[in-house]
Amino acid sequence: MKYAYYPGCSLECSSAAYDMSVRAVADLLGIELREIDDWNCCGATEYFSQDELTACAVIARNLALIEPQLDQVVAPCAACYLNLRKVDSLMKEDPALADKINQCLAAGRLHYDPGRVRVRHLLDLIHTDIGETAIKDKVVQPLTGLRVACYYGCQIVRPYDGFDNPEQPVKLDELMTWVGAEVVDFPVKAHCCGGHMTQISEPQAFELIRRLLHNAAEYRADLILCMCPMCQLNLDAYQNRVNSFFGTNYQIPIIFFTQLLGVAFGLDWKKLGFGKEIVPAEPVLRKKLTAPAATA
Amino acid sequence: MAERVGVYVCHCGSNIAGMVDVEEVARWAGANLKDVVVARDYKFMCSSLGQAMIEEDIKKEGLTRVVVAACSPHLHEKTFRRACENAGLNPYLCQMTNIREHVSWVSKDRAKATEKARALVAAAVERVKHQAPLEPFFVKVNPATLVIGGGIAGLQATLELADAGYPVYLVERTPSIGGHMAQFDKTFPTLDCSACILTPKMSEAGQHPNVTLFTYAEVEEVSGSVGHFRVKIRKKARYVEEDKCTGCGICVEKCPRKVVDHDFEAGLGYRKAIYTPFPQAVPRIPVIDVESCIWFERQKCRACEKLCPTGAINFDQKDEEITLDVGNIIVATGWKMFDCKKIPQYGYGRLANVFTALEFERMCNAAGPTGGKIVLRDGKTEPQSVAIIHCVGSRDSNHNEYCSGICCMAALKFGHLVLEKTKAEVYSFYIDMRTNQKGYEEFYHRLLEEGMHFVRGKVAEVTDAARRPEEAGKLIIQVEDTLMGKQRRIPVDMVILMGALEPQADAKELGLKLGISCSMAGWYTERHPKLDPVATMTDGIFVAGVCQGPKDIPASVAQGAAAAARVMAMITKGDVMIEPVVASIIEEKCSGCRICNNLCPYNAIEYDAEKQVSRVITAMCKGCGTCVAACPAGAITGAHFSNEQVFAEIEGILWDAVHGNGGAGVKEGQPVSA
Repeated sequence: MKYAYYPGCSLECSSAAYDMSVRAVADLLGIELREIDDWNCCGATEYFSQDELTACAVIARNLALIEPQLDQVVAPCAACYLNLRKVDSLMKEDPALADKINQCLAAGRLHYDPGRVRVRHLLDLIHTDIGETAIKDKVVQPLTGLRVACYYGCQIVRPYDGFDNPEQPVKLDELMTWVGAEVVDFPVKAHCCGGHMTQISEPQAFELIRRLLHNAAEYRADLILCMCPMCQLNLDAYQNRVNSFFGTNYQIPIIFFTQLLGVAFGLDWKKLGFGKEIVPAEPVLRKKLTAPAATA
Repeated sequence: MAERVGVYVCHCGSNIAGMVDVEEVARWAGANLKDVVVARDYKFMCSSLGQAMIEEDIKKEGLTRVVVAACSPHLHEKTFRRACENAGLNPYLCQMTNIREHVSWVSKDRAKATEKARALVAAAVERVKHQAPLEPFFVKVNPATLVIGGGIAGLQATLELADAGYPVYLVERTPSIGGHMAQFDKTFPTLDCSACILTPKMSEAGQHPNVTLFTYAEVEEVSGSVGHFRVKIRKKARYVEEDKCTGCGICVEKCPRKVVDHDFEAGLGYRKAIYTPFPQAVPRIPVIDVESCIWFERQKCRACEKLCPTGAINFDQKDEEITLDVGNIIVATGWKMFDCKKIPQYGYGRLANVFTALEFERMCNAAGPTGGKIVLRDGKTEPQSVAIIHCVGSRDSNHNEYCSGICCMAALKFGHLVLEKTKAEVYSFYIDMRTNQKGYEEFYHRLLEEGMHFVRGKVAEVTDAARRPEEAGKLIIQVEDTLMGKQRRIPVDMVILMGALEPQADAKELGLKLGISCSMAGWYTERHPKLDPVATMTDGIFVAGVCQGPKDIPASVAQGAAAAARVMAMITKGDVMIEPVVASIIEEKCSGCRICNNLCPYNAIEYDAEKQVSRVITAMCKGCGTCVAACPAGAITGAHFSNEQVFAEIEGILWDAVHGNGGAGVKEGQPVSA
């Protein structure tokens, strides 16, 4: 299985653990990820509020760069995934806009025909294309007893009708059950983490983050799994600030779902990027996962 | 000898004339189409003056064929056929072409619409010339009627017919008649007891000398047509012999296996493995549920058999197939409730104290699992606050676009019951309040005065994720109050979801057996939405109650009675006219291959083994044409739809293309373009 791979900027640095674990897990599952040559930033959410055409063209450039023999692209970052999908569907719906975008791309001798490439999120790909049996076959360290809260955030399931229920998604819950984890009820699983609100108004952003941490703590989750760099950053990096702001004492590790998949598959924790998170995950994992990988 | 064709183009007020140049179509037909001797347009061709015009032309001009370009033949084919008959012309020599539904109502460009109308008229003219005079025939109407579904609509129809002295077979799929109404406690807006008004009708149907009940039975197969249907029903094995059982109930009492009752008690209560759904069930004959019976599970027990005083338990009973001959069929199969789990953000199935409307009905019922007490899922705690969410699965483009009609009133009824029985605050979350029947708006006002809280807004989610201390342990309703223009979070103890009314899961399947169609939403389609609400497009089959679309009890009862009246009219008349539009087999050409035998959807073709040819049973043939198309020898002809007629119609519609200008059916030497 070959897919074009669009890592996005976050995975270069702040979410390097995501990139490392994605590559390690994909390798093990036989997914060939072909990184798009010379890809550029998707512009996140900000560019669209400045100038739609430029925002679209910046994103479309990545789609246009995908090798002609590949017809699917996978983006692990929720914002990148959403942006690629958005531009692809905008171009489909609005041929005039598609023309303008292609005029922009022509300056770099590029062209993109809307619909040529199917934009996939990594979770969809692992859940659907790899599937239950193949996943279960690879488990060497079942995650028995580990209570995980699966956090989807807002961008993966909304606004486009995608691969999961937009209000109460379940695909990551199912995936985690396959590898033996205990998935806790997490009613806020598709609520917003605040995104870039931390840069604009801390009280509002912190309240959104607190709600998520509070709910996970209420259900006694050992850790929260993310599939979006922004969510992971907000919940992890701001956890202490949120604690001092509200006088709380949450200590919940926030990791990427691919990292935990890697653990279940018995991969080397260092290669999965553990240690880069701020609230450390390793002590919790060591405490909960009694049987070491080697003996499993 | 050339035919003399008259063409009549209707304006239909502005319905057709507003988009089609009808005068031009008539002028053009008269000037250009071969054999057309008269062509006229008229404001309303269906009026008595319009009909008189046609009749007069037939007599004066010696017309041998008539083409009417107007609305759908569903509406006025009979009218114009009658006009022809009045003037001495065989009615099957009249052809209607639809330039309203097929042209003016669906077009935006006047020139193109006129061009299309012209083509359709040309097609009808070409076709009608090949039509042959046909004589309708008559069949006797069997006075027995089959009613499918023993809910309130079916019961009403059954009793009306039985009281009028006609035999009725009532087939019900569950072990008892009564339907959903038997589950309810009170009925809106009068708050009279549902059981008190329903059970007299149930027992009347159970004891009526003209009614034969088949409960725990399903319709398997329907053949024949109006006047003489033949229906196969499968009586599922009850494992209790009906003639021996006295309904004493010892078997139920002594049965050691108790299971959750997902049917009558909506999952809120229990039943035994041998059970009658509720105490007033008709008939009072229990049923063994093979899914939960210990004997069927591991060949042990048979306590019921040992204790039955009349020896009525029979573990060897098999499903029984029964064939019924009836003249008419009334379909009253009702509805099922929307699966509230399809809207996960409302938490049904995940959050214990979220209930469906049907669960709540059972909870309110004095004979229900809680004895009529309104309590949380723990079975004892009385709620201090209750939220009722409207339109769960209705008026929602993700699920059902239609309004379920009854939920606003049912929600008000629930509000009243909660206020009456508990000290709880009650909130209704509605999009629009719809209370437009007699006494309904007054009931709404009553609830406003009783202190029910009304919040206008679609609930975003029901969650147990508390944000503030006062929300802890509660179910929080997150909603935009569109009257205040504010987001609100309202913590409550109990949530009731007013799930949509949906067609039965197998409504389409039964529709196929009966030859009646369903709307996009899955409700049975009536013959005319306003003027023929209980008939269907299939003669002799009528619909009543919610299976035709969401409605309340009074409307279901009215439809049940209406359907019965329609059937009585058929029985009283005694015979019914059958359209002579049927297939016939030319025996000399038939090779006896029998391909048509199996293809016929109406089982109307029999095989003569001696002569080795197939033969159409005319009274059963519906003229669908399947056999005509399938016959490899071309031995079958469909009257009124012969190859000749259909090809002539196609050539007519392509008048300007078949041979360029001056194509088929165009008068020689005439300019053909408009």
